[in-house]
Amino acid sequence: MWTLYKREIRSFLGSFIAYIVMSVFLILTGLFLWFVSGNNVFDLGIASLQVMFDIAPYILIFLVSAVTMKSISDEKRLGTMEILTTKPITDTAIVLSKFFASLTLIVFTLALTLVYAFTINELASPVGNVDWGSMIGSYFGLILLASCYTAVGLFSSSITDNQIVALLVSMLISFFFLTVLQLLGDVSWLDQIGRSLSWFGLEFHYDSISRGVIDTRDVVYFLGFSSVFLGLTKLVLESRKW
Amino acid sequence: MSISVEHLSKHYGKQKAVNDISFTIKTGEIVGFLGPNGAGKSTTMKIITGYIPPTTGGGKVCDIDMVEDSLAVRKIVGYLPENNPLYPEMYITEYLRFMAGLSGVKETKKAVEQAIETTRLQPERHKRIGQLSKGYRQRVGLAQALLHNPDVLILDEPTSGLDPLQVEEMRNVIKELGKNKTVMLSTHIMQEVEAMCSRVIMINKGNIVADDSIESLRGPQNESLEIIFKRLTSNVDAI
Repeated sequence: MWTLYKREIRSFLGSFIAYIVMSVFLILTGLFLWFVSGNNVFDLGIASLQVMFDIAPYILIFLVSAVTMKSISDEKRLGTMEILTTKPITDTAIVLSKFFASLTLIVFTLALTLVYAFTINELASPVGNVDWGSMIGSYFGLILLASCYTAVGLFSSSITDNQIVALLVSMLISFFFLTVLQLLGDVSWLDQIGRSLSWFGLEFHYDSISRGVIDTRDVVYFLGFSSVFLGLTKLVLESRKW
Repeated sequence: MSISVEHLSKHYGKQKAVNDISFTIKTGEIVGFLGPNGAGKSTTMKIITGYIPPTTGGGKVCDIDMVEDSLAVRKIVGYLPENNPLYPEMYITEYLRFMAGLSGVKETKKAVEQAIETTRLQPERHKRIGQLSKGYRQRVGLAQALLHNPDVLILDEPTSGLDPLQVEEMRNVIKELGKNKTVMLSTHIMQEVEAMCSRVIMINKGNIVADDSIESLRGPQNESLEIIFKRLTSNVDAI
């Protein structure tokens, strides 16, 4: 599993995907945080990364999908999945190696934004007057959210040998679970059903955890969500045996 | 026995890709699995290497059940799939180290050097796979199958698409390997079997139509394998 994990990381670094993802994420979040008028840190006058945490789930949908789109689809296109699956390594190990490699890249990208956090800390008046509890909660929420996107991305990559199709399917599923279910909760005539559906949405739990209160139910939801899509990915890999 | 297959069948819907075949291959034999395209050669090999399970039947590789203990079988089998899938962006040694890691090889460097030497890849060893000729790519595929020093080699069309010189070189490598390993190779080219194998299993439309040494098949009239194969497959078609 470690061998495949290392190979995936090398593949990211070799194909420039890693650098593109990191740059795009930093540039976009930086723009919204510091420059986009009306909503940036200076206009709001609050020493917080809330603007970044609000926009990051949407940027991550695209970036995580871009990172995962070739993970399995490319193995299928090249035929190398046959080589992997005839080595003494289980399908579960293949899926998990690819999952953790992609997640590592995303977590590292998120870690780079700590520069913003420390900058905000210095800009606060007085210096250090920042709600670190909420910020840590939001980072934790983003990592859990990225884990869900990564699992969705791998699943999408497993059902096709076309990277673009994988990218679009991944973005669609992620967007559905992030936003569409949340919007259903606001539809008045759906009443209780709508609110129940919104509970299944990613945004409901991300908002909850972003407040700085790490509730076990939210963590279990995120881990469960990731596990379901990783399980589906494994199922797709095993479909060759049916 | 190195490989024993018993009443193996693989159905895709109503189509019988492999239909109740049985055979055994002794340790140290080089056996040719001969048949036209779509005969069931690759399917049988995929089942032996654990890529897909059989619909019914099964078998053993070095006394390990290929269905029940597929992971253990994969540790002792080296497999070169049809079309030899590779990662074109990787360097040869990088790819072989990766494959050695997946195969659970402890002394990776030594295994990679050994495989490069055995498959005579030295002149191209510093190149990316995507830069290699078809012949050298085929050798890289063979090298990855050898890294963990497997007892059994399953080679699916190992000389497919090579020019005559490359075919000759690949045959020599396989013959050399056959001195201390069991080799099962598939092909639809008669000369291939005559040049490398001591025994041939002919398969057509999922059924085994002959399983014997080349000398016995040819008989006293020393018929060519091509004629024998045509005669045998027309019998099957008639049935």
